[in-house]
Amino acid sequence: MLRLVGVSKIYNAGTSDEKAALKGIDLDVREGELVTIIGSNGAGKSTLLNVIAGTITPDEGHIVLDGTDITDWPEHRRSRWIARVFQDPAAGTAPNMTIEENLALALARDGRRTFRRGVTDERRQAFRERVRQLGIGLENRLGVKVGALSGGERQALALLMATLCRPKLLLLDEHTAALDPKRAAWVSELTVGLIRELKLTALMVTHNMKQAIEMGDRLIMMDEGEVILTYEGEAKRSLTVERLLQSFERVRGSMLDTDRAVLA
Amino acid sequence: MAAALIGAVEAGLIFGVMALGVYLSFRVLNFPDLTVDGSFVTGAALASILVVYGVSPWTANLAAFVAGATAGLITGVLHAWGKINPLLSGILMMIALYSINLRIMGRPNIPLLHQRTMWTDLAPWTERLQTVVPGADHLIVLFVLGLMVLAMKLILDWFLKTEIGLAVRATGDSPRMVRSFSGDTRRFIVLGLAVSNAYVAFAGALMAQYGGFADIGMGIGMIVVGLASVIIGETLFRQTSLHRLTAAVIAGAVLYRIIIALALRARFLETGDVKLITALIVILALVLPEWRGGRKMTKAKPASRILRPLPSEGGEVGASPGGRLQDL
Ligand SMILES: Nc1ncnc2c1ncn2[C@@H]1O[C@H](COP(=O)(O)OP(=O)(O)OP(=O)(O)O)[C@@H](O)[C@H]1O
Ligand SMILES: [Mg+2]
Repeated sequence: MLRLVGVSKIYNAGTSDEKAALKGIDLDVREGELVTIIGSNGAGKSTLLNVIAGTITPDEGHIVLDGTDITDWPEHRRSRWIARVFQDPAAGTAPNMTIEENLALALARDGRRTFRRGVTDERRQAFRERVRQLGIGLENRLGVKVGALSGGERQALALLMATLCRPKLLLLDEHTAALDPKRAAWVSELTVGLIRELKLTALMVTHNMKQAIEMGDRLIMMDEGEVILTYEGEAKRSLTVERLLQSFERVRGSMLDTDRAVLA
Repeated sequence: MAAALIGAVEAGLIFGVMALGVYLSFRVLNFPDLTVDGSFVTGAALASILVVYGVSPWTANLAAFVAGATAGLITGVLHAWGKINPLLSGILMMIALYSINLRIMGRPNIPLLHQRTMWTDLAPWTERLQTVVPGADHLIVLFVLGLMVLAMKLILDWFLKTEIGLAVRATGDSPRMVRSFSGDTRRFIVLGLAVSNAYVAFAGALMAQYGGFADIGMGIGMIVVGLASVIIGETLFRQTSLHRLTAAVIAGAVLYRIIIALALRARFLETGDVKLITALIVILALVLPEWRGGRKMTKAKPASRILRPLPSEGGEVGASPGGRLQDL
């Protein structure tokens, strides 16, 4: 489904600030698979997702989606197939536009935008049905500006928008990190529900180790621009946070920087 | 006095069309576009020279519209593809347009006193109306301008509600989001600036025929006049929905002209002081809300938002009225 071959990215190459954010990443994601990604700060997780989404072009390597080499495609062309939800609730939605206008924009993932009215009565009806599934009463506030919603409501909406037209691949970069624990848990639940319902292929970066272990089909741990650990199948089912930390020490010879990592 | 007031409202309506363009670039696209000072004159220059050459004034208006769109398009391309900073793209285009405008006009000033303009075209109607309603000659100018401005406003409202228009608005609001939904933000910036400057140039064409001349210097400070109108409209009417905001912007332009007309009645002020007064109005509108407890105003999009960075909007977690998420 998604294949990364020897993908490397060096920031500020040739300067004293040179930073190898990705060092020859190889990754093969199967259709319908949910891969969770963990790793310490600066491990290269966001860079990896940005390289896949096309926000950043890799210095080396290839990105192949569904058999098509998309390495040279600009971001707006890739997003026809690749959806994403950002960490910042302000990034994934347009705050000065209404909920229904945001949804209408999300409806045009195929890139075909015309001079027809964006929000028609018919569409509004469909939006209402979809938004009702969130169970937070947004269906009665379709005309409200998104900027007036809480962070949790906005992320839930962003998630709904990202999946409104079924993408081939969904990228989630710590999309619950800006929320308080209760709302983060709720948005995570919503995420899993949507991924299962639509049988999506997804990559999800999280700082919550427990969640990463429980949620996905595969867990990968990154450090210093490399994938250092991969768990799937039986190995992943029997994985615990303690074992994960031990493995990290064994591989890296040092303790994982657990500053931001949520262990429990 | 009444005549001066009617004159102020008429000029205000024309500036209203220009202010709609400025609203589109500054507010909707979040792009401080200084092309305006040049494209206003381009509209006036092109329409005037065409009228002098005997082209129908209505065709001349249309030509001005297209010329303005082209200017905006180039500014947009300079920024979106040339990667030149927005302010500089506009300034470069503005300065380039000065020479182009001179070329179009062939001389620094074109009087239109004895030319066929849209107003001479309307003369038969005025006379007929005059026989029914005495004193209607002044009102018909007001009426026709009002209709034209209304049409321009409705077209803009419609445009901003189309699928493409939504993408233009979102490009100013959250460009990352647009790109994550198959939108090429560069194109939407170019399109938005084209429409914006088309409006500005159209206003320039109307102004030339209304005032009876085109002048190479008539665009100086136009961007500030546009800003003043937008800010006055937004601050006084505090509207949030799109079609009301565009109405508020036009009202702002009319009010701006009335303020200027009244100010000029003061003995110690001269016609040349208009630009100074304009600058003072904008400064006041930017600074006053900050002094009077800026807190409340931040929510209602204060005027100062135009030129200052946005406060992070993510900080409003839990501020939603009646949001049922609070307990989650
Ligand atoms: N635009 C940039 N310019 C220079 N260096 C960068 C840039 N973006 C990221 N880096 C550096 O590249 C490395 C990887 O960053 P990245 O954001 O991918 O890490 P991350 O795993 O997402 O970390 P976090 O958990 O903090 O989000 C870091 O050392 C970071 O400082
Ligand atoms: Mg990151």
